[in-house]
Amino acid sequence: MTAKALSIFDRQILSQAVVESFKKLNPITMLKNPVMFVTEVGATITTASIIFKPETESLIFGFQIAAWLWFTVLFANFAEAMAEGRGKAQADALRKTRTQTIAHLLLKHGLAQQDVPADKLRKGDEVVVSAGDIIPADGEVIQGVASVDESAITGESAPVIRESGGDRNSVTGGTRVLSDFLIVRVTADPGNSFLDHMISLVEGAQRQKTPNEIALTILLAALTIIFLVVILSLKFFGAYSGVFFSITVLTALLVCLIPTTIGGLLSAVGIAGIDRLVQTNVLAMSGRAAEAAGDVDVLLLDKTGTITMGNRQATEFIPAHGVKIEDLADASQLASLSDETPEGRSIVILAKQYGLRARTLSEMPAATFIPFKAETRMSGVDIDGKRIRKGSSDAVMKFVVGRLPPSVEDAVARVTSSGGTPLVVAENEKAMGVIHLKDVVKGGLKDRFERFRTMGIKTIMITGDNRLTAATIAREAGVDDFLAEARPEDKLALIRKEQAAGHLVAMTGDGTNDAPALAQADVGVAMNTGTQAAKEAGNMVDLDSNPTKLIEIVEIGKQMLMTRGALTTFSIANDAAKYFAIIPAMLVATFPVIGPLNIMQLHSPQSAILSAVIFNALIIVALIPLALRGVRFRPLTAARLLRRNLLIYGLGGLVAPFVGIKLIDLFVSALQLA
Amino acid sequence: MDHFGWIQLTLFVGILLVLTKPMGVYLTKVLDVEGKTFLDLAIGPVERFFYSLLGIDPKKEQDWKQYSFSLISFSLVGTLFTYAILRLQHLLPLNPQGFGPVSGQLSFNTAISFATNTNWQNYAGESTMSYLSQMVGLTFHNFASAATGIAVAAALARGVARNSAKTIGNFWTDVIRTILYVLLPICLVYALLLVSQGMIQNFNPYAKVEVVAPYASPVPGKDAEGRQSPPQRKVETQTIVQGPMASQVAIKMLGTNGGGFTNANAAHPYENPTPLSNFLQMLSIFLIPSGLTYYLGRVVKDQRHGWAVWSAMAAIFLVGFLICWWAESTGNPHMHALGIDAASGNMEGKETRFGIFNSALFATVTTDASCGAVNSMHDSFTPLGGLVPLLNIQLGEVIFGGVGAGLYGMIVFVVLAVFLAGLMIGKTPEYLGKKIEAYDVKASVMFIMVPVLGILGSTAWAATSAWGLAGLNNSGPHGFSEILYAYSSTTGNNGSAFAGLNANTCWYNITLGIAMLLGRFFMIIPILALAGNLAGKKSRPLGEGSFPVSGPMFTVLLTGTVLIVGALTFFPALSLGPIVEHYLMTHSNILF
Repeated sequence: MTAKALSIFDRQILSQAVVESFKKLNPITMLKNPVMFVTEVGATITTASIIFKPETESLIFGFQIAAWLWFTVLFANFAEAMAEGRGKAQADALRKTRTQTIAHLLLKHGLAQQDVPADKLRKGDEVVVSAGDIIPADGEVIQGVASVDESAITGESAPVIRESGGDRNSVTGGTRVLSDFLIVRVTADPGNSFLDHMISLVEGAQRQKTPNEIALTILLAALTIIFLVVILSLKFFGAYSGVFFSITVLTALLVCLIPTTIGGLLSAVGIAGIDRLVQTNVLAMSGRAAEAAGDVDVLLLDKTGTITMGNRQATEFIPAHGVKIEDLADASQLASLSDETPEGRSIVILAKQYGLRARTLSEMPAATFIPFKAETRMSGVDIDGKRIRKGSSDAVMKFVVGRLPPSVEDAVARVTSSGGTPLVVAENEKAMGVIHLKDVVKGGLKDRFERFRTMGIKTIMITGDNRLTAATIAREAGVDDFLAEARPEDKLALIRKEQAAGHLVAMTGDGTNDAPALAQADVGVAMNTGTQAAKEAGNMVDLDSNPTKLIEIVEIGKQMLMTRGALTTFSIANDAAKYFAIIPAMLVATFPVIGPLNIMQLHSPQSAILSAVIFNALIIVALIPLALRGVRFRPLTAARLLRRNLLIYGLGGLVAPFVGIKLIDLFVSALQLA
Repeated sequence: MDHFGWIQLTLFVGILLVLTKPMGVYLTKVLDVEGKTFLDLAIGPVERFFYSLLGIDPKKEQDWKQYSFSLISFSLVGTLFTYAILRLQHLLPLNPQGFGPVSGQLSFNTAISFATNTNWQNYAGESTMSYLSQMVGLTFHNFASAATGIAVAAALARGVARNSAKTIGNFWTDVIRTILYVLLPICLVYALLLVSQGMIQNFNPYAKVEVVAPYASPVPGKDAEGRQSPPQRKVETQTIVQGPMASQVAIKMLGTNGGGFTNANAAHPYENPTPLSNFLQMLSIFLIPSGLTYYLGRVVKDQRHGWAVWSAMAAIFLVGFLICWWAESTGNPHMHALGIDAASGNMEGKETRFGIFNSALFATVTTDASCGAVNSMHDSFTPLGGLVPLLNIQLGEVIFGGVGAGLYGMIVFVVLAVFLAGLMIGKTPEYLGKKIEAYDVKASVMFIMVPVLGILGSTAWAATSAWGLAGLNNSGPHGFSEILYAYSSTTGNNGSAFAGLNANTCWYNITLGIAMLLGRFFMIIPILALAGNLAGKKSRPLGEGSFPVSGPMFTVLLTGTVLIVGALTFFPALSLGPIVEHYLMTHSNILF
């Protein structure tokens, strides 16, 4: 599966969705959604009333109302089918990795093997996977080391190493062993692997409503019941007042009033939310987890890999007194040419800023490179009679035999106290200066954390470093708090503490010792490279194993909730205009004086009612892209976000139908439809 | 809409605003069993006497089910008690007029009416009720039902404020403390103030006095040949109502009960003698509901939230009042065409002592709060002027609202507003750190649905039944408004009548009685369930990411939610009543 964003209206998905929207008319499946169920019943009643009891209105009018009521249901079905279709496209991509593989099952007592289809494997079975084979199921490596191509899952082409023991022992079904062989113990029964979970989630078939969706459905059902009472009582009020309301018109009014917009799009929003997670290569174990991500207000972020690049980098040359900085840079670069560690490479790159061209080893056949050794704790080069070394200050002190010059000692002290690592460079017996190595904070994080702060989300950095180093990096990264010298149990304790104070906590983790904390956290994102235990403890898995993704996960969760809220508000605000379109139309025949209430100046009573029904149906289609893409996420304080969205979806929802219904009325009257 | 009106309005809102904090602070102390008040020395022993009499440990709190059970049993016993007094009043003392027993169905209706804080009156007090029935049978409930409402509001506020708690307070403690520390002391002073204005307080039989200038009055009825009887009767004497009025009027206003001692209610010169008594009565209706918003702020430790709720209430009150005042000042164009001074507005059914402004303000205040006392006839208001009191009731009696009932109703709207809009900030909705989940939504929508069923369902039934139509004095849209108003007023536990409807019939007595029960207890139980559920939740800490429940934005949101829910539910019904009637008045030649 690759993180390819599908275009909103992919042709194949579109045509499938059309077919699905008709299949979904089955009233039994419809019962799940009370709003659309009532709409479908309404459509059926109006249809029946044309056939069996043509009422006072013209047949054409009755027919059009019935048709648009059916369209309303179909459009809602279509929205859901679109979301599912897009999910299915993701799932199919996932499923391709699961073409029937033959597993080499290791029989008990070790020696013999038996070939069985992968779907016959059970938890606890042990299989042998050799170079070229596809790993048949999720599991953990119990023997062997091998490079594995996980591109099918992660989209990352570079192979990764999987080995028994330690934190890299977990393998995913569907990935391919490139070299060597592994013995894998299967950890999931067929149908229970990550992929299976994911497929069922994005396909929507077994999608369970999230807690908030359930609450919202209750509210929508209650509104539907209220409007049913309103419409039924209106029939009686009409009888008192001597006004005849036909079933067609009452049904039209009912469907316009019940919240069909959100009712029709609610499940699409949920499916699309999960789908967006999948597109960022995150597998959520449940919709509940995705929703919880929106509520998270404390993020625990591991320093290494999440906040910093994971390696120290050279950021500064500090020459000794009387040494030119260019000379120090030159010496440092020479000493690091053969140093293939990230630190070494970063020194070479930094030195280039001092006008030094990149030199390659092949240019200097005379040079003897001294690799880093544990005894000397230095590396360097002998060239042109110069012996250049770099290493920790005490190692270099031994090398130069004697004290370091005060300027160098000061520099070492300064770098250390700022949380960095000093490397001293010496040429022959002379200390040239100090290279400042430090943990480099990933770009853009500070802004991001700042945005989180405005949204009321606290970031806490977790690191095994000492307090001093941790404080420096925390300050630089702009996190709100840090936990230094952290052990896994400290992490768990911290989560418990935050939760006790009422916070919802998200974290990432990969090691087995992270598992308890992952399980305790409200949103635990396990790295795909992590152990099986970690993956089982968390409620999401990041296939890219990129801990920074936590931030995106929170944003997607929030986006999903915002979309739901925006559509609900819009839907309810719409009702005011529909009343002003329909009620005067219903009364004007008996009470011609009520004319001025027709503030939209709609063409005729029938065109007014028809226009409102058409608007009600079309708005669902018009909002499908919003439901699928989600409301654009903005990092603002709750108060500003509320003001903004209330203006757009509340006020907009109040005004939009006045304009929309008027326009449709112009069309309807121009085409003489009513 | 003259200057004096604007000055009085400013004065009214200003004084209300000033009194809100002291009232709220005092309520906070009373509704906390550990709270200290300056009346402790005097009332403390009485309070403890009641605890020992009832065998209550005042500090032992109840969960929401126990609280509900206590509340329901208390109300039930009270209702039966009043029913018995009304049925037996001819055998009981303090009946100088010698009134007979009140009929069974009227007693049923009246007992429920007072127990539910509605005070719908299908009778005329001065010609039906003995002094004992008024003072004990009815006034008891004026205190008890008011205290019950305040207790429920306190329980809900505690539910919002508490963190992972099982209990929401003790019903008995809440009621006893509210009656002893709030209602009785204020009423004592207030009744004396009213007496100083000329209100009566005695046990005398009705006085028969000679009229200043005898006059002739047509004798109603027809002679033997079916002609309107021409002979005229000379009127030389008049019966003047007496009785313990001030004591009952004080609590009728303060407790937002509204049941008048006399049929004319606050339009009667004894029941509302002076402009000052009129002003005080209006103010006292809003006093406790307004103070309770401050109490809410105190309890949830967010005073700005309390003020935001107050502002939303005040905003809807002012808009409603201004529409009503404008409509009544503008009057009926057909009347003006006949030569009636247009400047005087619509004076039909209003006391000249009070005029347009004070009648419109009284009508708005009494229907905003579920009081129901009237000093003018709402039936005679212009269609739009009459729509305001009607819609006020239909909005759920949350514009300050009944004592306690207004606050707990408004909190439900807060919960709904938070739930609807809360998602838009990208979190599952939270009200002051309490997550709003399925259970809370369920309880809240039940609260919203009951009045819809009670009002629209019953009106639909009555408007199409022979028994319903039989009570009407008007036909057409106005008759419809009368029925709609009756069921709105009873379901909303308001108690004011649009009049024009003879509702003292078996069917109306029973259906209106049921509407009152529905509108009280079927709404209180979801409220207590909500309180219990919220109390049990963990409070999440508040911060930048929390849903803001204060400030202008929230006030607008809350106001919008109340108006939209109310308007969406009742617009079709209103359009067949007052709205059509308005257009008939302004755009047709039909004179009415």
